[in-house]
Amino acid sequence: MAERVNIERRRQAIYGWLLLSPAMILLSIFAFYPTLATLWSSLFSRGTRRRASEFVGTENYADLFADPTFWLVVQNNLLYAAITIPVSIAIALAMALWANSKISARGFIRTAYFTPTVLPMIAAANLWLFFYTPGLGVLDQIGSLFGLPSINWLGQPETALWAIIIVTIWKEAGFFMIFYLAALQTIPEDLKEAADIEGTSRWTYLRRIVLPLLMPTTLFIVVNAMINSVKLIDHLFILTKGGPSDASKLILYYIWEMAFAFFDAPHAAGMTILVLAVLCIVATIQFFYIDRRTHYQ
Amino acid sequence: MTRFSRFMESFAAILLAVVWISPLMFAVWAAFHSTSDAVNFNLSSAWVLDNFRTAWSGAPWLQYFLNTFLLVTVVLIGQFILTTLAGFAFAKLEFPGKGFVFVLVLMQLFILPEVLIVENYAMVSRLGLFDSILGVGMPYMASAFGIFLMRQSFKSVPMELHEAARIEGCSLLGILWHVYVPLAKPTYLAYALVSVSTHWNNFLWPLIVTNSPETRPLTVGLSIFGAPENGVDISVISAATLMSVAPLLFAFLIFQRQFVQAFLRAGIK
Repeated sequence: MAERVNIERRRQAIYGWLLLSPAMILLSIFAFYPTLATLWSSLFSRGTRRRASEFVGTENYADLFADPTFWLVVQNNLLYAAITIPVSIAIALAMALWANSKISARGFIRTAYFTPTVLPMIAAANLWLFFYTPGLGVLDQIGSLFGLPSINWLGQPETALWAIIIVTIWKEAGFFMIFYLAALQTIPEDLKEAADIEGTSRWTYLRRIVLPLLMPTTLFIVVNAMINSVKLIDHLFILTKGGPSDASKLILYYIWEMAFAFFDAPHAAGMTILVLAVLCIVATIQFFYIDRRTHYQ
Repeated sequence: MTRFSRFMESFAAILLAVVWISPLMFAVWAAFHSTSDAVNFNLSSAWVLDNFRTAWSGAPWLQYFLNTFLLVTVVLIGQFILTTLAGFAFAKLEFPGKGFVFVLVLMQLFILPEVLIVENYAMVSRLGLFDSILGVGMPYMASAFGIFLMRQSFKSVPMELHEAARIEGCSLLGILWHVYVPLAKPTYLAYALVSVSTHWNNFLWPLIVTNSPETRPLTVGLSIFGAPENGVDISVISAATLMSVAPLLFAFLIFQRQFVQAFLRAGIK
């Protein structure tokens, strides 16, 4: 009997590893090895024809920290995150509350809110180009109705990043709405009835009952929005290319530019490692939160 | 609840909806009008198809469509196979090292493939997959997210079914194929929708790995077509944009309910 259990255990171990191996091989090739390789290559200088690449320790990182463009890009990305995360979440919440209430034209409203989610970021950028183009664009034409001067939204440092931020919010709010919509549907009807009997105002009901119940969803969305604030940069390629004078450049775009336009892989690697470190912190928060949620259940 | 505030709320909701859909509506307007009519908002002007003709002849769109279609298919097939096998191993088999490997897989949720572009590019070149559709798709096949999703789905299958199939003399892979896979159909559908829309829309990685019209997906083709150096006007860009989003957009409008539910199912872990 014990021998049969042993055989069964060995059989499961063999099958387990066999079934896992294709996925593990690909994960190793395209996630784990590249992470280590990035860390390794961030410690070497850039090889040129005259001078071979050599070990320089943390010099690449020191260069980055001394590079004003790097700090500008970090600052841009922080602003990008600080605005897009709360604003898109607030809009998503309003959208979900409306899409879930007994409102006229609900079907149209839901579709309109969600549509940007299925469009590629590149296509979204093209659509917004029509809004931002100076002189001919929709925004300028609306402005000229009120006698406002033409504004080159994408062409001046003060507005370029904001124009980018608006496109991002437009793109992701509808996506986050879906999660709120799902969470709203799990809130029992009798809570609302009880609140109505007590004569609670709708605002109090929202603030004291709905929002606390949506808290786990909100945390989940916050983590997603944080990841998006690193990842969503495709529209930069169409709208501003990071300009003017780096005013709208974000970190991932800078990594791309460093590696594939300036061919400076070591500094790109250094930045990649810094981004991964930040993502690790986000991951830790996420794991911590998952832990907490399981305690609730 | 007063009737007035109810009205105001409906009004705000519809206003937001109109604002949200307006970029798309303006693109439709611009695509079907000559450039001067489009930017002057000449409401009485004729609806024309010239922009679509110009856009269509300006780039190998058919090839781009085919590439995108192949890409999403290759990625999806790869993901289905790999995540099914790995998800099943994590859900139903006991073996040493399982917990450790699972944490490794979870870590990949945060090591975004987008961030590792430099080394992944080197890896794809080393494997001789540069400028190939397989090269674009391969880094996404072992999706940690998919593995996680399949594991959750397989975990909910009762052990009795597994035992019954085994008594019938089914092999382990046979059980996976005949018992688990059919029961996970809704999860596969949800995952397929999320995966297809993600990779249909993906841009940065394909931009790096492709270098010729024979492999370039729609998003990259569209960005090259619309580049300012090419000097195409807003109406033609709008037409090209609408063309490239049309298949996914129509699919979304037709299967809206399933689409939204798919995103929900995939999002709630």
